[in-house]
Amino acid sequence: MDRSEAQSRPKRYIDFGRWIRLGIGVIVVGFLLFRLWNVLWIERAYGLDTWTRFAVSGIILGSVYAVVALGYTLVYGILFMINFAHGDVMMLGAFAGYFTLEALKSIGFLNRSVGTSVLSVIIAFSVGMLFSMLIAVLLERIAYRPLRTAPRLVPLISAIGSSLFLQNMAQLAFGAERHTYANPDMIQRNSGWMVMIQGKEVLITYTGVLTLVISFLLMVGLFLLVQKTKMGKAMRAVAQDKETAALMGIDVDQVISNTFAISGLLAGAAGVMWGLHMGILYHYVGFIPGMKAFTAAVLGGIGNIPGAMLGGLTLGILEAVGPAILGIPFQLKDVLAFSILVLVLIFRPTGILGEVLSKERA
Amino acid sequence: MAMLELENVHTYYGNIHALKGLSISVDEGEIVTLIGGNGAGKSTTLRTISALQRPRIGKIVFEGEDVTTAPPPEIVRKGIVHVPEGRRIFGRLSVQENLEMGAFTREDKQEIIESMEHVFQLFPRLEERRKQTGGTLSGGEQQMLAVGRALMAKPRLLLMDEPSMGLAPILVEEIFNIIREINQQGVTILLVEQNAHMALSIANRGYVLETGQIQLAGLATELAASSVVREAYLGGG
Repeated sequence: MDRSEAQSRPKRYIDFGRWIRLGIGVIVVGFLLFRLWNVLWIERAYGLDTWTRFAVSGIILGSVYAVVALGYTLVYGILFMINFAHGDVMMLGAFAGYFTLEALKSIGFLNRSVGTSVLSVIIAFSVGMLFSMLIAVLLERIAYRPLRTAPRLVPLISAIGSSLFLQNMAQLAFGAERHTYANPDMIQRNSGWMVMIQGKEVLITYTGVLTLVISFLLMVGLFLLVQKTKMGKAMRAVAQDKETAALMGIDVDQVISNTFAISGLLAGAAGVMWGLHMGILYHYVGFIPGMKAFTAAVLGGIGNIPGAMLGGLTLGILEAVGPAILGIPFQLKDVLAFSILVLVLIFRPTGILGEVLSKERA
Repeated sequence: MAMLELENVHTYYGNIHALKGLSISVDEGEIVTLIGGNGAGKSTTLRTISALQRPRIGKIVFEGEDVTTAPPPEIVRKGIVHVPEGRRIFGRLSVQENLEMGAFTREDKQEIIESMEHVFQLFPRLEERRKQTGGTLSGGEQQMLAVGRALMAKPRLLLMDEPSMGLAPILVEEIFNIIREINQQGVTILLVEQNAHMALSIANRGYVLETGQIQLAGLATELAASSVVREAYLGGG
């Protein structure tokens, strides 16, 4: 039942919609519990080792989603707009990292020694992050700032246009073929630590652990930046009330620009992590992760920084274990993720943690 | 020479002509008040001075410098600080963070700490609540925070928009005492008030605004005695 329809009717009907939603909620949760019971105790289709594999890949994927979701949430918190080009900013960061690693490989630096390999990865991350930062800042300056006072739908359309533009530019510049990330030998994909679980081997990849560690550091760094530094406090002030922030002598345009810069840095790091861990790179690679991260941001509560972290991890894990629990093919994990988006929007539009960074005008 | 001078200022909101050739001046050390009814242009005058609104015609001069086109951060750096109407504190920042934001344009950490101690002397309640978020404060405390936050910028000229709005009479008294105290510590004050009686009681001079123009100007005591002001703004008699 349509919500506005419910509100326009006499009062006694308003509860009706709520009961329907509650009913659907109970059915969904009941079904999930039933499936969980079935999978764990009746079918026993997967052993503990497989569940561990799911969980590990879910956490790794989720941490990348979380880092990308932070970019959505930061920008939403300050401008109340969804930067749909954010996934493509991540893609460009991944390309920047890719070309850096290729260049380092071609001069024989990448695998000369352990030290140069570590240094190469650091350089790749730095280049990827700085490039994404540059793109994000330019994006704001060119595509969003002139529309600051326009109705809220207008910058949204501009964002979608920017997304298509960046994708097509990337295709034009780098070709439509799939590129394979050149990892240093010490962190080749599919190499890692073997863990024995119930007599079976579970692989914990080096790239996965690297991804997890870097994501964690980025999240802690961002949290400290927003909570403790003068710039972070200014960001929160601008998110709440731009005019009063200006009266404090805060340069609002500069703070918005900084916010995009930070979201770009995070997206760039996510892009390089994606490349190192997933290995395959092409112009379209930012779109689906971008949408997933957006889902994660909504799931956690858009505008809410801890929410984006929580939403990212939750979505990653649900995506990894969800198909197994529901007994559906694993190719349908995208369907699952976006079904979650729809369900969250219906049942709890404010997300798990609600809106914290900005609730003045949503 | 006046500290602040507005010369023939015209300000528009879109097509609405809010200020129609306003000229006022404020001398150093004074309390000057702008009184007038709703929509007279009192708040617009303050918003124009602090560059939230740009005048289409006219000039604003502060301490001999033309600041008509200066952006808000530069205005704050020059020492003009605006306490906005309705307090507008940052509800989800703590009291201390609100005060830190007030000192945004200042660099010297030691001096900022001294200013904060000064604010806490003026408003001991704020010190008790420094870790609380601004949104949890009462109306009176929020007004104190708004004033304290402005003081953190080390103002030379304080623009105050309706500091008494929505406060209980006893708090209004308190706020006005504090305004007087701040003034005695050397801060010039331009005060916008609906409560003309209170405003004129602490001001040196005043302007009566009506539909974006000055209707009357003079010493506060003269205005308080004038028949126009008494009838329109002081409740007759």
